Amino acid sequence: MHATVDQLQKARIDGGVHEPRAHDSSIRHVTGEAVYTGDIKLPADAVAVFIATSPHAHAAIRSIDLEAVRRQPGIIAVLGAGDIPGINDCSPFAGDDPIFAEAKVEYAGQSLFAVAAATLAEARAAATLAVIDFAPQPAIVTIAQAMATQSYLSPPRTLIHGDPEAAIATAAHRLTGRIEIGGQEHFYLEGQVAIAMPGEGDEMLIHSSTQHPTEVQHKVADALGVPFHAVTVEVRRMGGAFGGKETHGNLPATVAALVARQTGRAAIVRYDRDDDMHITGKRHDFRIDYTAGFDDTGRILGVTFDHASRCGMSFDLSAAISDRALCHADNAYFIPAMRVTSYLCKTNTASNTAFRGFGGPQGMIGIERVIEEIARHLRVDPVTVRRANFYPHKDSGGHRATPYRMLVEDCIIQDLFDELEASSDYAPRRAEIIAFNAKSAVLKRGIAMTPVKFGISFNNIMLNQAGALVHVYADGSIGLNHGGTEMGQGLFIKVAQVVAEAFQVDLDRVKITATTTGKVPNTSATAASSGSDLNGMAALDAANKIKARLAAYLANAHNVAAAAITFEPNRILVGGREIAFDDAIAEAHRARVSLSATGFYATPKLHWDEGTRTGRPFYYFCFGAAVSEVAIDTLTGENRILRVDIVHDCGRSLNPAIDLGQIEGGFVQGAGWLTMEELVWDDRGRLKTHAPATYKIPCASDRPVDLRIKIHDRGRNIEDTIYRSKAVGEPPLMLAISAHAALSDAVASVAGGRVAPDLDAPATPERILMAVERVKANAP
Amino acid sequence: MAKHHVSFTINGDPTEILCETHATLLDVLRDELELTGTKEGCSTGDCGACSVTVDGRLVCSCLMLGVEANGKAIGTVEGLAKGDKLHVLQEKFLEHHALQCGICTPGFLVASKALLEKNPDPTETEVRYWLAGNLCRCTGYDKIVRAVMDAATVMRGA
Repeated sequence: MHATVDQLQKARIDGGVHEPRAHDSSIRHVTGEAVYTGDIKLPADAVAVFIATSPHAHAAIRSIDLEAVRRQPGIIAVLGAGDIPGINDCSPFAGDDPIFAEAKVEYAGQSLFAVAAATLAEARAAATLAVIDFAPQPAIVTIAQAMATQSYLSPPRTLIHGDPEAAIATAAHRLTGRIEIGGQEHFYLEGQVAIAMPGEGDEMLIHSSTQHPTEVQHKVADALGVPFHAVTVEVRRMGGAFGGKETHGNLPATVAALVARQTGRAAIVRYDRDDDMHITGKRHDFRIDYTAGFDDTGRILGVTFDHASRCGMSFDLSAAISDRALCHADNAYFIPAMRVTSYLCKTNTASNTAFRGFGGPQGMIGIERVIEEIARHLRVDPVTVRRANFYPHKDSGGHRATPYRMLVEDCIIQDLFDELEASSDYAPRRAEIIAFNAKSAVLKRGIAMTPVKFGISFNNIMLNQAGALVHVYADGSIGLNHGGTEMGQGLFIKVAQVVAEAFQVDLDRVKITATTTGKVPNTSATAASSGSDLNGMAALDAANKIKARLAAYLANAHNVAAAAITFEPNRILVGGREIAFDDAIAEAHRARVSLSATGFYATPKLHWDEGTRTGRPFYYFCFGAAVSEVAIDTLTGENRILRVDIVHDCGRSLNPAIDLGQIEGGFVQGAGWLTMEELVWDDRGRLKTHAPATYKIPCASDRPVDLRIKIHDRGRNIEDTIYRSKAVGEPPLMLAISAHAALSDAVASVAGGRVAPDLDAPATPERILMAVERVKANAP
Repeated sequence: MAKHHVSFTINGDPTEILCETHATLLDVLRDELELTGTKEGCSTGDCGACSVTVDGRLVCSCLMLGVEANGKAIGTVEGLAKGDKLHVLQEKFLEHHALQCGICTPGFLVASKALLEKNPDPTETEVRYWLAGNLCRCTGYDKIVRAVMDAATVMRGA
């Protein structure tokens, strides 16, 4: 890698920030060489572990007899609640997710006991021999059942600003309604998997497909009854996660560790698809009741929302998720008076959890429905109503506060709407669709343009911190580690670009290594879109420390002012002299300069009052806008997304290739949620859609026929984020609200927009057909 | 349990194994031959992560028994590149950023190769419907379809 200074003369490093670079593992992805947790070669005596689960949604356990399981040939270990040396819990904080059920089960799919054998098939077969005496009890499955019986995890949580009831009562116009929004299975292609490898004494190494290695470390240590330092959790990559591996990786990891501790052998827990879908939580389904008051121009004067969400049998992250829904009930609109009350429904279903957007999407759908209904009521285009209610533009001179009293200082939604309305030919296409629908008896088309404003930072302030570890080796190559995990989102390449930029070296000098609690401790989950914001800054901090030491050394050794040291592409300018980066590093190493540093970052400006639900929970907002055009068949409910235009704000994108992928993938995943992915439980609380044969996610043929995505080219974060970029993981998912709104528009066209389509989500063909029939029946 | 002697070629290499009666071809590839590029996504033939070719025909290896591979030519993602030289499809997937987490990528590549061998000049619609048996949860498919179309153009010219 050694090169002379002359060879290194160039204006720009290769692979710095803002460059479109491929995912760090892409070559290994296409050759099949990328090692996922389930691909790790295990010792010959490793055991496969099956977790036996409850067939009942709600039952008391009178007795569990596992003797027949233990006696089965080939069974190496059988573990239940009595076999846990530490704490029988794998919940993120509330202590309400037992690793193995004890006196009761609260959902069908809840873990009962574990069986270890040489093969999973043997373990699974033996598990069926357990004799368990259940006393089944009535199950609360739906939101409606939970609301009727006031089955809540906590008292209702309310966000209130102004006097919305009075504002609505005195408004010129009022409307009221309800929308039901289904949940969503994550369907990461790689299911939950964890491997535990026992070490010396109480040491345990865990390979886990988790977004939150630190939490897995804590839960494993607590289950084993050992200090956190005894447990190391490593994650090289996940095969998708989307929030589903923020907490639900805890169970497989703790069970693997318990088996490994008891047997002294490596143990793997890998859910197959059906088990995964039965055991793990999903996106919360919501029922939203709304009342709004507005004036003749469509300006909203006051709104109230009641959010009821299906949380499942335990807290998991539901409190934070419902708070994010509250904080996105305004979306991009200034609402002078608002109340949102959130009911966290406790149900006998899997504990619902984080999923891309984390409650934000559901909150936003509520206000978008209100906007559409206002437009229908006033017989104007919804875009007019949207524009009338936007937060003031950042350059307008006047900022407005959200209902939780955070000033919106960076609003650019008007720019995005202006650009997109023109580039998508929204107005002429709207006119053309009206003309088409007038002539077309069976097929109807619809179009909608919707905004996204999404707050970036964890609502829980303490989570907004990150660490990194950077080594510059004596040959000038760089080892990078940080607390974030790679789930396909391209975090590793982005942070590597940050480090390359900081040192002004080519990207190929930076080696990205697996996330491990042994290198960077006390990390937060890679979640809330915050991965590159937090870990990029922490890595930059570490790089800057090493650079400062290098500069101080070089200034002293070469007798120049510290200010005369500059980092140029692959070389360092020392006064008038250029030294190749490698040579400078070798020289510094010989001179006994420390070339390794930890970095740390804590997001500034954040504060939140849990009591009043006010403060600044977000460092900044991301914005985006989408236009979707759809067609429906009014005889069958079949539908297609014909064309989608998107302009999305990534600030100054760290890596436009990665960010475009996030936007495209987020939109399609959101469109799946809102148009086709349907979870069905029977009345006894058993999930009936637990495999791809019954749960339909978008496939290549469902992709919009015409998809035009653009990153906002004037994007720049007004806050001092990593190279002025913006987070991109979650926000684009909500662009898909445009697809649902367009389907509503198509349904409403059946009666010329005079009847509310009341289209729930997902807008499956059945729901579209029923909505069409309802609109026809109620047409004046 | 009974084991069966099974011989086949894997990416052109003659291979013999002793195979459990109930082992799927996917189990054989991953556990016996340590070819872990082929992934298990659903075990029910719906997701395409385990796609391989059997005598040139696209198959979900989770739905086929290992013993059924006897006498067949099996192709997996590991056979796409020739040494350090990537297959055009692999190059195009890289160029178009047609992957994110990457776990569905081997299946898409194997399925795409099977398509282009059958139909070297597919329409975009044909590509999209052919690949409808391969699920990807990250990308949204747009870049994958573009990569396959581009690869087809290059391969026709080659």
